[in-house]
Amino acid sequence: MNFQFIKKMYYGDIPDEPGNGAAYQTKPDTAAWPLWEVFIRSKRGLDHKHAGSLKAADATMAIENARDVYTRRQEGVSIWVVESKYIHASNPDEAESFFDPAEDKVYRHPSFYELPDEVKHM
Amino acid sequence: MTTIHPLEINFQDKIDQEAKIEPKDWMPDAYRKTNLRQISQHAHSEVVGMLPEGNWITRAPSLKRKAILIAKVQDEAGHGLYLYCAAETLGQSREQMIDDLHSGKAKYSSIFNYPTLTWADMGAIGWLVDGAAILNQVMLCRTSYGPYARAMVRICKEESFHQRQGFETLLVLSKGTEEQKAMCQDAINRWWWPSLMMFGPKDSESTNSDQSMKWKIKRKSNDELRQNFVDMIAEQIKLLGMTLPDSHLKWNEQRGSYDFGEINWDEFWNVVKGNGPCNKERIDARRKAHEEGAWVREAALAYADKKNKIKTVSAA
Repeated sequence: MNFQFIKKMYYGDIPDEPGNGAAYQTKPDTAAWPLWEVFIRSKRGLDHKHAGSLKAADATMAIENARDVYTRRQEGVSIWVVESKYIHASNPDEAESFFDPAEDKVYRHPSFYELPDEVKHM
Repeated sequence: MTTIHPLEINFQDKIDQEAKIEPKDWMPDAYRKTNLRQISQHAHSEVVGMLPEGNWITRAPSLKRKAILIAKVQDEAGHGLYLYCAAETLGQSREQMIDDLHSGKAKYSSIFNYPTLTWADMGAIGWLVDGAAILNQVMLCRTSYGPYARAMVRICKEESFHQRQGFETLLVLSKGTEEQKAMCQDAINRWWWPSLMMFGPKDSESTNSDQSMKWKIKRKSNDELRQNFVDMIAEQIKLLGMTLPDSHLKWNEQRGSYDFGEINWDEFWNVVKGNGPCNKERIDARRKAHEEGAWVREAALAYADKKNKIKTVSAA
């Protein structure tokens, strides 16, 4: 595979020209906060839905930061946070075989059954 | 002839069918790099973008304007966060991205290297700078990388308030005293050309085939977006009773668009290369904030550790 690196410059894609601060040495940051996933219930009666992620030192700070980042315009009535490292996910590379068992079971859908019109709504 | 790997064919198929690419999907290295560079630059732009406006929070002309400006700057902090999170899904740490910004390796939008001299600049930034950004961001809501597209949707929802408040700020000034009118016109004069530069170099300056379009990272060219912007602003300015500082600006009946003058590309490259009026000041401010905030980050973590230990002991 031979990819030419994209040279075209777009907004938000500013050319890599040497800047004025190349000599700057950043200090190692010893206090990296863990990453949290944020789930928000937008109103009573609805599920909590994944809204995004953020960094925080602990759960209390994660909830407060989530409030400040994701509910500034009354987008939520309840917040869940969980540290991202505790989330387990299915493997996208195996998605095809993993979800395969559901593929050939059309009889699980109501439209599989042909009923006389007289039944009307069922 | 180079053979195309089946994985890449599969990847391009997904994009052609408008399926989003998600973090754990296979992707060409150049796709990852391009997205990482673009999303992190966008994140840096939001964060550095707080500085020129933050400058005016303490000097806003009324409590109402101050509250609005704080809300807008707070939104931008949030936008930076959404974008850093999206960039992190491509495998680079937040710390690394921030280091790259502070060392000058990573770029942000050059527009924020211009100074905000008067209160009218707050209006001009909202109307012109955010207006230009919105055109780009609306397009990016449909970008092929899932996390970037989702961040953009969230950002666009919040961004239209920014442009409206900016226009309204200028509208008030445009109906004010002679001095206020002059201040309004002056801000427009200073922000117009840098706003046009935000869309990047001309399409004809592109040396490569348009891979970003093929990958649907971007769906409109720089010149297309720039023209959309000129057409929009050239109409809106009439409502302000002000003028744009371009003697070549003229409605072109045939094209159904406005013609406009040539951008000063020397200035564009100069600012990109770090020689703009405020490049140094902006980066210095970022470094200072990061370094002087280090003890807060450390203390918060130490406090969290301490609380955890107490919990563990009392549970035992």
